[in-house]
Formats: sequence, structure tokens, C-alpha cells
Amino acid sequence: MTDRQKAEAMINIMKPEPHRVLKIVRQTRAEYTFRVEWPGVTRDGQFFMLSLPREGEAPISISGRGPGYVEFTIRKVGRLTEGVFGLEEGGLLYMRGPYGSHWPVEKLENENLIVVTSGTGLAPVRTSLMHFIEHPEARREVYLIAGFKDRHSTLFDEDREMFSQHFHTVYPLSREKEKLPGYETGRVTSFLKDIPDEVVSTANYIITGAPAVIASVTEEFLGRGAAPEKIWVSFERRMQCAVGKCGHCKMNGVYVCLEGPVFNFTQAREMFD
Amino acid sequence: MGYRIDNAQMNDILARLAEDYRIFAPAWDRQKKNVRFCHVTMVEQIVLDRQTDFSTKEIYYPISQVMMRFSTDHIEDEELTDDRGILIFARACDINALGRLDRIFYDNGNPDYYYARLREKVKLALIECTEGFENCFCVSLGTNKAENYAMAVRFEEGSVLVKADDEDLAVYFSGEEEPFEPEFVQENRKRLTVPDINKENLRTIGKSEYWQQFDERCIGCGGCNTVCPTCSCFDTTDILMGEDSLEGERRRIWSSCMIPTFTETAGGTRFRKSQGENMRFKVFHKFYDFKARFGEAHMCVGCGRCDMRCPKDISFFDTVNDLNKEIPEQNND
Ligand SMILES: Cc1cc2nc3c(=O)[nH]c(=O)nc-3n(C[C@H](O)[C@H](O)[C@H](O)COP(=O)(O)OP(=O)(O)OC[C@H]3O[C@@H](n4cnc5c(N)ncnc54)[C@H](O)[C@@H]3O)c2cc1C
Ligand code: SF4
Ligand code: SF4
Ligand code: FES
Repeated sequence: MTDRQKAEAMINIMKPEPHRVLKIVRQTRAEYTFRVEWPGVTRDGQFFMLSLPREGEAPISISGRGPGYVEFTIRKVGRLTEGVFGLEEGGLLYMRGPYGSHWPVEKLENENLIVVTSGTGLAPVRTSLMHFIEHPEARREVYLIAGFKDRHSTLFDEDREMFSQHFHTVYPLSREKEKLPGYETGRVTSFLKDIPDEVVSTANYIITGAPAVIASVTEEFLGRGAAPEKIWVSFERRMQCAVGKCGHCKMNGVYVCLEGPVFNFTQAREMFD
Repeated sequence: MGYRIDNAQMNDILARLAEDYRIFAPAWDRQKKNVRFCHVTMVEQIVLDRQTDFSTKEIYYPISQVMMRFSTDHIEDEELTDDRGILIFARACDINALGRLDRIFYDNGNPDYYYARLREKVKLALIECTEGFENCFCVSLGTNKAENYAMAVRFEEGSVLVKADDEDLAVYFSGEEEPFEPEFVQENRKRLTVPDINKENLRTIGKSEYWQQFDERCIGCGGCNTVCPTCSCFDTTDILMGEDSLEGERRRIWSSCMIPTFTETAGGTRFRKSQGENMRFKVFHKFYDFKARFGEAHMCVGCGRCDMRCPKDISFFDTVNDLNKEIPEQNND
């Protein structure tokens, strides 16, 4: 170990610190947004390890931020996430982070932007979308296709109404048969063709969702002339440490917790599990 | 410089060393089932006629380790209770394997606190190994030799030859001087040709049908990872002291990339779905990714323990060696 490493090794990188929950907003039955006191700097697309004593730990993306706080939009699926749903405003959430790579927002400015997300995949993109709401001068055309399962699983309803006023937006619902106001029926992949060719060939891209969805969306855009180096994707893998030690997130040579979760497509296309 | 020390005298020295060090060496465990690195107090306990079933890693990276304790809404670090150093009698393969674990726990991201605080206590006593065992292939990987040890020993009938370079340890030794420089095994029964996995052929080899043979053969027990001195993966889990208890602890427990649920996320998605894919992942880590990431050497040190362990008689050595047949010859002109 170098001297610097020796000094660093005295710090316990696995130890979380308690932070106060300021506000809880119900998005859907199984998805809530938690605003938590947090004084530090974060980048778009990064994540924290959240934990509760006795309930374990889990990686959760930053879905919002403001002075002195960050927000997490969490889907209740298992032990830790259920525990977090049991918290009330004023309660304590244990956190360590932020971790991981981020959306390169500076590179996305002053060029067209296409964002395709499905389900909770909208959460890690929300801060970047907010950036372009707050900085119209840095924005060109923004296309947002954010898909959800059905009318009960839509997220960030108020924000999306605002996005619709400033961006080109489509909100497809994959399991609804009839069209609801403000929404389309179908999958996100059905709406890619509506984006004009001249935008597709010049835009930057942010794509999130299940691996199969990311794959088919990128394939279609690449086929229409999108530049691979302008596409950014986010990978979700099982994580038990978020600091390059537990091995769970490793995809052959790449540790998703350290080098990801945000990857440029030129790197992502080389990776496989 | 070195000393010849008879066993009785060596046992006295071990007793004195034990005041400042916890001493580990290959020995039968209590159930007499496995040879592993146990606390020893006498030379006679040390088992040298076979490869140990487990490696040295459980000493500085325990199988199950308390990281934090909880009480009501408080998290506290688990304190170490023993101030002594750690002295390990180990062969060259395990000494090299410790260097591999260092890469993960020190260099992959920030250094790991729990590892560092035990690891930094470790002093290594090289056990001279000139024969190897049935499953060893260290010579093929250059791990038959080691230099970074604090002292070296050759165990002979009734006495030991010792060379103690480390200042802290040298003071314990005195007596009849006899020059001693440890030798290293020069040839194993098994010779590995390291397959040339590279950036260009990675995907082709990765997707090869070769791996499918393990879908049925391997039962995903993870035994091979458990005995491996260079496997470092773990799970973290919170344990409660009682059902309604507010007391609990966060532990980390060894995990295995060979168990079917290793990549499973909530809801049941698995990113590697078959034992063939798991085997490919392990082989790539041991013989490609690790070196690509950290430079110096491949991860595997050729200790052969995984082959000794496998209940399905899957030989990792054969798996890696046979992979060469799957790689088309390179054009050498
Ligand atoms: C970088 C990243 C960002 C994420 N962002 C969000 C988000 O913003 N909102 C959200 O609702 N979910 C997010 N997830 C998924 C979330 O981490 C899992 O749903 C969560 O770990 C489930 O934990 P649990 O204890 O409730 O479930 P259990 O099934 O009890 O899981 C036990 C443990 O396994 C691991 N694990 C299980 N599923 C996952 C998974 N999908 N990803 C990683 N580790 C997992 C965790 O360590 C977890 O604590 C993200 C995952 C990653 C990798
Ligand atoms: S992979 Fe097998 S031979 Fe190689 S270091 Fe691990 S246990 Fe030893
Ligand atoms: S020990 Fe054998 S059966 Fe068990 S996981 Fe390893 S290769 Fe598979
Ligand atoms: S989450 Fe543990 S190594 Fe990446």
C-alpha cells in the first residue's frame, strides 16, 4: 500500500451515515419519492447506497436535487426497499455515496437531445431533464419518450406535464388498450420513428431501461444514422458494495459500480455478462 | 544467513512469538476433516505432506465478518479484539495469491478498511516447497517463486532451517548458524498453456459452445470459489439478534460467481443464466480481465485447490488448458 492508500484505508468506505427524510411523495402504489437531507455535490445519473440498520443496503439513483437535499424515487421490491417505505418524514435513512459515473450534461448542451426511458428508468434521467428546463439557453430540440406499464404506474406526473410544454414528449403505456389523455398506447420502440431523421443523425442520446429495450432502441437509432459516441446508456446490475469489492456487478472486465452505471455506447457495446 | 533449529527449540521460539503474533500454519482442523490454516503452537502440528484444502485467505479475509453492529438507530464499527500481529507459514502460491487479493481490496476503487486492518498485520513465513502436489500448476504461472516474505523455513526431520530477514522477526532467532536460501519447485506434474484470450477474440470465445458442457456438469455449489486463495467476492447481509430485536449486525460473507443466483436482482432477473456462462466468467476473470486491469499477472496462482474440491470432478486446469483448442492459431508472420 502506498502512504496515501494507508491514510485512505483508515476511512471505512462501507459505513453509512444517517440523514433525515424531509419529504415523502407518493408516485404510485409501489413507487415513492424520498427527499433526504444531504449537503454535498452530486452529478446526474449517480447513485447512493441506501440502508437501514437490520434491513440491508441497496443502490438507488438520484432522481432529484435541491439546496441541501437529494431525492430518490424508489420502487418497493424487497427487503430494504420495503423497509424504506416504512419510514416517515423526519425519520433517518442511512446513506453512503454518491457513486458512479454520470450523464455528461456539458456535452449534451447546445445540441439536440433524445431521451428514451422505460418505467423507473426515468428517475436517473430526471435531474438532467430539469437542467434543460432551467437552462433553456443551453437547449436545442429535446425529445423525451418515457414509457410506463399502465395508468397506475406513471411517474413524475407534474414534471412530465412541464416537460411536455418545453420538449417533444411521448408517454406510451404498454398495457393500456385505449388511449388516455396525455398518453399513447404501445411500447417506446413504436414511437422512435416519429423523430425526424435530421434530429436522429445529429442528436445526443440518453437511453435507460431493461437491457433488451436499451438494445433494440439503440439498434434502431444506429440504423438511422445516430453516432455511437453520442449515445449514453445506464446499466443496472446487482450490487452489494458499490465500491469495487464484492464482485457482483462485474461484467467481464468492467465493474459497473466503478466505471458505470452510465456508459458511452462505444464502451457499452463491447461489454457482455 | 540462517539457523538450524531443532524442533524443541523452535517450539520455544513459537511460544515466544505467540506473545506478539497469532501464528497460523497448515494443520488438521478440529474435526480432522480438512487441512487448513489453523493456530499452531508446535512444529509437530504442521501438516506438509498435502496441499491444504483451504487457503490462507480466511485468516485476513474471514468467511463471515461482522462489519457493523446496530443498536436501536445506531451503527457502530466492529472493533478488532486482538492487538497481535499475524504470522502465516505459507507456500509461494499463497504468498502470491495474497498479492492478488491486495489488488482488489487496495487498488480496485478505494482501499477496503476491513481488509486493510487485518492484512497490514500479516507477516509471511515462506514454507520451502520443492515438490508441489498432484494438482499444482504454479510453475506455468510463475507463482512457484516468491520474494516478498519476512522469513523462510525448510522443515526437516527433527529440525528446521530458518532465514529471518525481517527485523522484527530476526530477534527471535539465534543458535547454530547454517546458510539457508529457500528453493522453489521447478516442475509440476501439470503444465498449463495459458490460452491467449485478448480483446479481439474475447466475444467469440465468450459465446463459444465450449461452455455449454458445464450447463449440466456443474451443480453451482461454489466450492471452487471457496477454496480459491484469489476469489474475493462477498455478499453483505443484515442479521438480527432476535425476531423483534433492535440489535443486529451487518456482515459480509464470501460469495461465489459459480452459484446460480450470483447476478440475480430483485424480481428474479439473472444476467448470467447458465453454469456455462458462470464458468466462462470465472475463467475470463482468472485468465484475462484481472491481468488486463491490474497489469502484472493473471489472477490464478495454480494452487490446484479448486480441482481437489469439485464434487463433480470438473477440473479447472483442464477447462483452461482445453480452451486453447477453441482459439484459432494466430498468424505468426
Ligand atoms: C445503479 C443502480 C441504480 C438504481 N436505481 C434505482 C432507483 O432509482 N429506484 C429503484 O427503485 N431501484 C433502483 N435500482 C434497483 C434497486 O437497487 C433494487 O430494486 C434494490 O436493490 C432492491 O433491494 P431490496 O433489498 O428491496 O430487494 P431484495 O430482493 O431483498 O434484494 C437484496 C439485495 O440484492 C441486491 N439487489 C437486488 N436487486 C437489485 C438490483 N436491481 N440492482 C442492484 N442490486 C440489487 C441489493 O444489494 C439488495 O439489497 C438501482 C440499481 C442500480 C444498480
Ligand atoms: S482458480 Fe483454482 S488453481 Fe487457480 S488460484 Fe483459484 S483455486 Fe487455485
Ligand atoms: S466446485 Fe465444481 S460443481 Fe461446484 S461450482 Fe465449482 S465447478 Fe461447479
Ligand atoms: S457492487 Fe460490489 S464490486 Fe461493484
